[in-house]
Amino acid sequence: MARAASSSSGKTKRAPAKKPAAQATASAGKSGDNFALHSLQEAFQQDPRFDATAEELLTFYERMLLIRRFEEKAGQLYGLGLIGGFCHLYIGQEAVAVGLQDALQGGKDSVITGYRDHGHMLAYGIDPKIIMAELTGRQAGISHGKGGSMHMFSTEHAFYGGHGIVGAQVPLGAGLAFAHKYRGDGGVCMAYFGDGAANQGQVYETFNMASLWKLPIVFVIENNQYAMGTSVKRSSAETEFYRRGTAFRIPGMKVNGMDVLEVRKAAEIAVAHVRDGNGPVLMELNTYRYRGHSMSDPAKYRTREEVQGVRDHSDPIEGAKAELIKLGVDEDKLKDLDKRIRAQVAEAADFAESSPEPAPSELYTDVLVETY
Amino acid sequence: MARLTADDEPVTLSEAPARSLTMIEAINDALDTMLERDPDVILMGEDIGYFGGVFRCTAGLQEKYGHTRVFDTPISECGIIGVAVGMGAYGLRPVPEIQFADYIYPGLDQLISEAARLRYRSAGEFIAPLTVRSPFGGGIFGGQTHSQSPEALFTHVAGLKTVVPSTPHDAKGLLIAAIEDNDPVVFFEPKRIYNGPFDGYYDRPTRPWKDHPDARVPEGYYSIPLGKARIVREGSALTVLAYGTMVHVAEGVCREKGVDAEIIDLRTLVPLDIEAVENSVEKTGKCLVLHEATRTSGFGAELAALVQERCFYHLEAPVERVTGFDTPYPHSLEWAYFPGPIRVGEAIDKLLEA
Repeated sequence: MARAASSSSGKTKRAPAKKPAAQATASAGKSGDNFALHSLQEAFQQDPRFDATAEELLTFYERMLLIRRFEEKAGQLYGLGLIGGFCHLYIGQEAVAVGLQDALQGGKDSVITGYRDHGHMLAYGIDPKIIMAELTGRQAGISHGKGGSMHMFSTEHAFYGGHGIVGAQVPLGAGLAFAHKYRGDGGVCMAYFGDGAANQGQVYETFNMASLWKLPIVFVIENNQYAMGTSVKRSSAETEFYRRGTAFRIPGMKVNGMDVLEVRKAAEIAVAHVRDGNGPVLMELNTYRYRGHSMSDPAKYRTREEVQGVRDHSDPIEGAKAELIKLGVDEDKLKDLDKRIRAQVAEAADFAESSPEPAPSELYTDVLVETY
Repeated sequence: MARLTADDEPVTLSEAPARSLTMIEAINDALDTMLERDPDVILMGEDIGYFGGVFRCTAGLQEKYGHTRVFDTPISECGIIGVAVGMGAYGLRPVPEIQFADYIYPGLDQLISEAARLRYRSAGEFIAPLTVRSPFGGGIFGGQTHSQSPEALFTHVAGLKTVVPSTPHDAKGLLIAAIEDNDPVVFFEPKRIYNGPFDGYYDRPTRPWKDHPDARVPEGYYSIPLGKARIVREGSALTVLAYGTMVHVAEGVCREKGVDAEIIDLRTLVPLDIEAVENSVEKTGKCLVLHEATRTSGFGAELAALVQERCFYHLEAPVERVTGFDTPYPHSLEWAYFPGPIRVGEAIDKLLEA
């Protein structure tokens, strides 16, 4: 049986003879001639790097370094048994979250991502202590230990998680974007997902709706080349992910996710386009994770040489460091910065170890708004 | 930003004049009322805007409230519910319609992993106050993909509320309460009784709602609290627990057989009015549970377990269940599958004789 049930509805179900005017507006901007699927990428390629001052680059560097040191420490705590369950480290991908989120407007824009979410929270400047305490499942954690590594939230930063089901956050992002538009608050939503999630059906349902309704959303595919242990080539018919919005008339951008200045520049172009009411943009950020998918992944699906090659030649933090030195920043200053960050991360780890676990009564809180 | 709002107002039954409505009209009236009252309420779904819904529940609302608040979606159930969760997290009150409950399965990922869990995993920071409306149940020859009653899938999920009205009056009040509720609610509309109180006697002429006392629907705003059952008729011979269409089947059988049963319309399965159940079973000592859904792991199993746990020493007979069979919903044998008056009557006889 077709989707319309009653026989009386059968006739009307077929395309109505006359389309209401307002219906047409819902899918406006579809005239093929002036549709610029490639214009953003072209504009970006003309001048692909953000013109950062030494000070700005230093800020990016500091944020990236904090993420790296934090994740290294998280890996250690996991090894010590202080973090249980699942823990997905962001090491190698730091430039993506740092570059993209710097182009957002705090207090106005919203962010949502998948389970590899520590870096995004740190990029926002959320206190590493309460993030680490969430990883160790303590009451002081940002979700009182009930979310864990994959499920962290912050109303203060309009950070909507932290979602453990691959790809499930993408439609939520469109809902957030709808709400921005409905409220007329000028905000945009940045919805991150990975190359693996990019093969989920609900992502394409969302592309269609977001484009149809011209929602203010930047779709960000963090292509770290592997969906767990399956390489992009082994899982994807179209490995150029930025092209995957084309069928929905969503312009794509292909960005080197290992260069924070390139990421920052691309983000600026994408966000401006979206904020101007032109509908969604799809960004593919090519990046690489140095560690396994999660802590239990021995990463046998790739060679040590492959990983070492990326570390040696395209590391986002080393790259930024070399550039800072070229800009005349004192190397000792960078060393001091590293020391300070290490101390900050150690403090976060101490806090996360020494905070109490949630009381058993927390089991039944926050299930429903009301009791049941 | 999604914050909890203090909308836990006490129930207020409007003193406005009532008129007879079908359940479809009552639902439309509830949606109209809430669109009018709260600019954060949004309706979305397949065919609900321009077309007014396959069952006409949203007829006229797009004309009245515009395309931004009442709009058609692509056929993307997972996407629809996911988008609604995001809207809710941002502070809106979306009311997505899934055209048939049978189509809800692609959206289960979003309902279970996102809507039901968002509050818990954000330690109360975010909520997903969406109300998913969906016609459900059989009796319209819909076959296996347009007749199902999947309520137990949802009652099994902590973090969701599940509501099933059985009259136009309740449909309006419960839907308003569901929309105002800060938790995600699955609102199942028994489509067999959209247009009349079907009592399972399928070979008799269908009755319209027009003359039914519970089709009197007050104008304007009123709500019926979630978690409060309705005593359909008081009685002392046995307790019948039912919801949706089966409430009317129970009524019909008791009327035909002249059985002094106490019939309880649960109205909401989660939260469940266990107190009403307990009070009644303690009084009657016998309990019959009815639902259209398949038997194994159905909501009736939960009810039977609860009654056994809480009323064991009052029971004079084992709890009886009359349900759909553990088969797909058939097309041609619909009335053999449907737990109609004959099977319900036999179970009542068995309990009365016990």
